[in-house]
Amino acid sequence: MLTETQAWDVLHAVPDPEIPVISVTELGIVREVHARDGGLHVVVTPTYSGCPATEVIAQSIRDALVAAGTAEVEVETRLAPAWTTAWITEPAKEKLRAYGIAPPSGDAAVGGAQPIRFVPRKLACPRCGSTDTTRLSQFGSTACKALYRCQSCLEPFEYFKPI
Amino acid sequence: MTTTPAHIEYVTRLGDNALILGQRMSEWCGHAPVLEEDMALANMSLDLIGQARMLLTHAGKLEGKGRDEDQLAFLRTEMHYRNLTLCELPNVDFGRTMVRNFLFASLQVLLWERLLASSDTELAAIAAKSLKEARYHAQHAGDWVVRLGDGTAESHARTQAALDYLWPYTAEFFAANPTDEAIAAAGIGPAWSELEAAWEAVVVPVLNEATLTVPARTPFKSYGKFGRHSEHLGHLLSEMQYLQRTYPGAQW
Repeated sequence: MLTETQAWDVLHAVPDPEIPVISVTELGIVREVHARDGGLHVVVTPTYSGCPATEVIAQSIRDALVAAGTAEVEVETRLAPAWTTAWITEPAKEKLRAYGIAPPSGDAAVGGAQPIRFVPRKLACPRCGSTDTTRLSQFGSTACKALYRCQSCLEPFEYFKPI
Repeated sequence: MTTTPAHIEYVTRLGDNALILGQRMSEWCGHAPVLEEDMALANMSLDLIGQARMLLTHAGKLEGKGRDEDQLAFLRTEMHYRNLTLCELPNVDFGRTMVRNFLFASLQVLLWERLLASSDTELAAIAAKSLKEARYHAQHAGDWVVRLGDGTAESHARTQAALDYLWPYTAEFFAANPTDEAIAAAGIGPAWSELEAAWEAVVVPVLNEATLTVPARTPFKSYGKFGRHSEHLGHLLSEMQYLQRTYPGAQW
């Protein structure tokens, strides 16, 4: 049987399945943990509506808490308030950068359908720090990331889009 | 709040729009002109199918007959689908796909913004998530419409042809029947008459920038959202529902 504090400690070590350098708590998707009726009730919010990792994440959370000694784990998915990249912790943003993914910066896409042209905000390359970078595609390997290229070190990199 | 047939119908329409366009767009997977667009289209399809799951789950709960998202997606026939006809039309080429995405995503951005204040709190929560995604979809498609329309003679001609073909189907966005009137009266969703001018104010400047000619309105109207579909939906469903109809109740 785990206390809420112990449960949080366990969850701090559960990695995001697609970006394993950060944990599900650093990603900001674990919203609440309650000890209840001898078990645990965990509230999780999805990142993107269609994120294929959502079910894997719920299972990882369940497995980790059961392995740590909890008999009953209920994982509830809650939509509101909607997840935002602003909930990614500051240390996690540094881990993203070290992993080669530019962390989210600035504001999310706003307004209606105004074309943003092909000169979006200059991002710093997570490898060499140069801001001489160009966007290759608004969608990278997952919906949450865009694909960029550094003109200075010539390496491609991904950008975790603000949402 | 009491559930009304109009309420179920309205949420089903929103779910069907997302599901059918998500399915249609996913046909590009492995076929898009460049790898980056292949990934972009697949990711946007996933966003839409994710939205459809939330919306159809909600519609099933409102209905209260024990139907879940899978039963609603895989065990209904054409006449029970309530998506806009625009969503089911074939992709044809990249230009028509981008123009369709632009016209539809621009509507979705405006609609989700208004649904944030829906008297249906579950729908409002789905709107808050979907809005963020729709903004990226609208930006992506808007970029391409400008790039293609104001591009080469070939890309311009194809994009103009796409707009000429698709434009008449957008009249359906704003068509209203008693369902729509009940929804507006109950504060569940906005009145379409209010949305039409807002949509044109967003869409037309981008089309102008793309050097495209906005077609005149014609008397033609499609009515997929009222359950009267084009011949294309049946073919789409026969592929999408194949597994569930061949092996009813299959799970994995």
